[in-house]
Amino acid sequence: MNPPTLLSVEHLTMRFGGLIAVDDVSFSVEQGAIHALIGPNGAGKTTVFNCLTGFYKPSVGRITLHSPESRTPFLLEQMDDYRIVREAKVVRTFQNIRTFPKMSVLENLMVAQHNHLMRASGWTFLGLIGAPSFRHAEAESVERAEYWIGRTGLADYADTEAGALPYGEQRRLEIARAMCCDPVLLCLDEPAAGLNPSETEELSELIGYIRDHHHISVLLIEHDMSMVMGVSDHIVVLDYGQKIAEGAPEAVRNDPAVVQAYLGSDDEDEAGERADSTP
Amino acid sequence: MNSPHAASLRDAALVAGIAGILAFPFVGLLLTTEGTAPTLSTRFPEFAGAVVVIFFGRLGVSAARRGQGLLPLVLGLAMAVGGALSLVVEATGLGASGAAAWHAFVPGTFLSTVACAGGIAIAGLAGRNYLMQDRKPAERTPLPMGQLLLWLGIALAGFAILLPLLPGVDRRLIDVATLVLTYVMLGWGLNIVVGLAGLLDLGYVAFYAVGAYSYALLSVTFGWSFWVCLPVAGTLAALFGILLGFPVLRLRGDYLAIVTLGFGEMIRIILLNWYDFTNGPDGITNIGRPSFFGLPFKSEPEQGTESFHTFFGVTYDPVHRLIFMYYLILALAFVTNAFTLRIRRLPIGRAWEALREDEIACRSLGVNPRNTKLSAFAIGAMFAGFAGSFFATRQGFVSPESFTFIESAILVAIVVLGGMGSQIGVAVAAIILVGLPEYFRELQEYRMLAFGMGMVLIMLWRPGGLLTHREPTIRTRPAPA
Repeated sequence: MNPPTLLSVEHLTMRFGGLIAVDDVSFSVEQGAIHALIGPNGAGKTTVFNCLTGFYKPSVGRITLHSPESRTPFLLEQMDDYRIVREAKVVRTFQNIRTFPKMSVLENLMVAQHNHLMRASGWTFLGLIGAPSFRHAEAESVERAEYWIGRTGLADYADTEAGALPYGEQRRLEIARAMCCDPVLLCLDEPAAGLNPSETEELSELIGYIRDHHHISVLLIEHDMSMVMGVSDHIVVLDYGQKIAEGAPEAVRNDPAVVQAYLGSDDEDEAGERADSTP
Repeated sequence: MNSPHAASLRDAALVAGIAGILAFPFVGLLLTTEGTAPTLSTRFPEFAGAVVVIFFGRLGVSAARRGQGLLPLVLGLAMAVGGALSLVVEATGLGASGAAAWHAFVPGTFLSTVACAGGIAIAGLAGRNYLMQDRKPAERTPLPMGQLLLWLGIALAGFAILLPLLPGVDRRLIDVATLVLTYVMLGWGLNIVVGLAGLLDLGYVAFYAVGAYSYALLSVTFGWSFWVCLPVAGTLAALFGILLGFPVLRLRGDYLAIVTLGFGEMIRIILLNWYDFTNGPDGITNIGRPSFFGLPFKSEPEQGTESFHTFFGVTYDPVHRLIFMYYLILALAFVTNAFTLRIRRLPIGRAWEALREDEIACRSLGVNPRNTKLSAFAIGAMFAGFAGSFFATRQGFVSPESFTFIESAILVAIVVLGGMGSQIGVAVAAIILVGLPEYFRELQEYRMLAFGMGMVLIMLWRPGGLLTHREPTIRTRPAPA
């Protein structure tokens, strides 16, 4: 029996004026699985992400999240970006890192628990008078943040400004921060871009750990094929905004349409990818 | 010749040449009116003096930059002492022959001041290099800034508390200090909006005006006391903050600045034109003065009531009221500071700072940007409302003239100069930008010059503001000592 569906994307289309960035794409994500979204540059992968997380409103299509935490499904295409995180618990990271550079690593992770802490602080009033219930909640949040700091190997940097961190550490901080939002679906936009092979290896382990021990589904955009093939349970391939293939890693690797999409304009893509992944 | 000395000389000559071209029309030529006909006279000694001072100053700067020990130190000190002596000669009209000779060389108050200040800066730079030259870079450990700033803050607060009791403090100083504290409080309020939340608000004075007029109207119309009006004025200002905040939520950076600037002016113009309500340009007079826990500051209390001086059995002195006002604004400022320091450590404060850093990332973490921005606007405006009430009660009179754009500009300058988000930085910047000009009114002519020069120096040396240190709001371990 298949695991229950967590996210289903149906007929997703995104137009920017005359340009059709995503054209009638449908796919679904199962609970507790790692799905990858791949495709040459400009295939529309990040646009799909932006639609999922509310940063764009899709022109056409329906995105439904069947959260295990809620009885009624969420219609993500109708929700504001911050509400998707707060209520539906779909959390993303960014291709170009977006930490809060002047804030410490721990502060970054505390901001991720903002909504929980706001409630605990009685919308600031309880916090101002230093109510014990708030202090308790804050201590819990710090504990949670410290867990993810340890898990992502940032223990030495906990009180360092995020902007001063090395590149790889900033990438991991983004994942730790997303995990502090307590997601049911974690969307990673090119998490391995700019990482060296051993860092990529560690990242694969981390993603696997998140799936196995926290039972969180992961949707991944990635160009590093060895990583994608190694870590994913299911792969969706986009090219020019359209879905050209879908299936298990082995099947996708041998799919003639995929091979053509990647090898058809090999030189350009390789150059584009390198420029793309340079920090 | 390619030695560093030759390069320095060339550089100094070049800079002096540029200065000469620029200074000639300003310093070298003077337009005077004799009778009815304007005549052009020359001031060549002054002009030559300026160019020579710049030549040696530049020489000193480049020598100090290269870290050569004694030459720039001596040069800098000579300039500083010479400039200072020249000022003395100018002030007293007589002096030692050496100083008089120097004064003939560097005439004019402004030029002497520049020479003096430049000399001190060069000597300081050279002195630091001289002390540091034997040390390895690793030994220049940064000071524990957090600790240092904490002690500086405590020292400043202690000084502020003791100020009226110090010997030699007169009415004028207390008056100036009260004014400075008003700006410190406003600066701290604006720091929430600009420094923490990163929303460049150029119309902050509008909320100050709302607070002042709220108190003035409530006091004059209903005769409410200061302590009742204070929270009302704060609440009204906060409501205005939300009201003005709503339309500008989507704007960022320059656009936000322009629109808030417009709102600030709109409030002032409404106050000016709504004659029936605000009394227009005539302003509102006879605003109630605050009392000391019910005891008014009056020389002759009404029959059957007590006044401050009769109650405490001291002779009446108008300075009592001034000192009370001083402590009142000091207390209000302390409340603002304590509130800001505390709220920084709460989730909302962290969300403000996160919003300043990256709004998109905030959205991706589920932070509601609308509520977060509005709360920053509202709380910042509330403190402006409190300060406005204080302003109205201190002056006893409000009119739209007090709430012009230049006030907003000064406040933003205080926050930016102080270092965005730094509480002590704001206090120091308020003293520099408001206190010094007020205390040195004699040099008023040069105020804008000094202002501009200060801004240029800040941009060159400390583009992030005077104090840019930021202490994390929460730590996994206690702060290193």
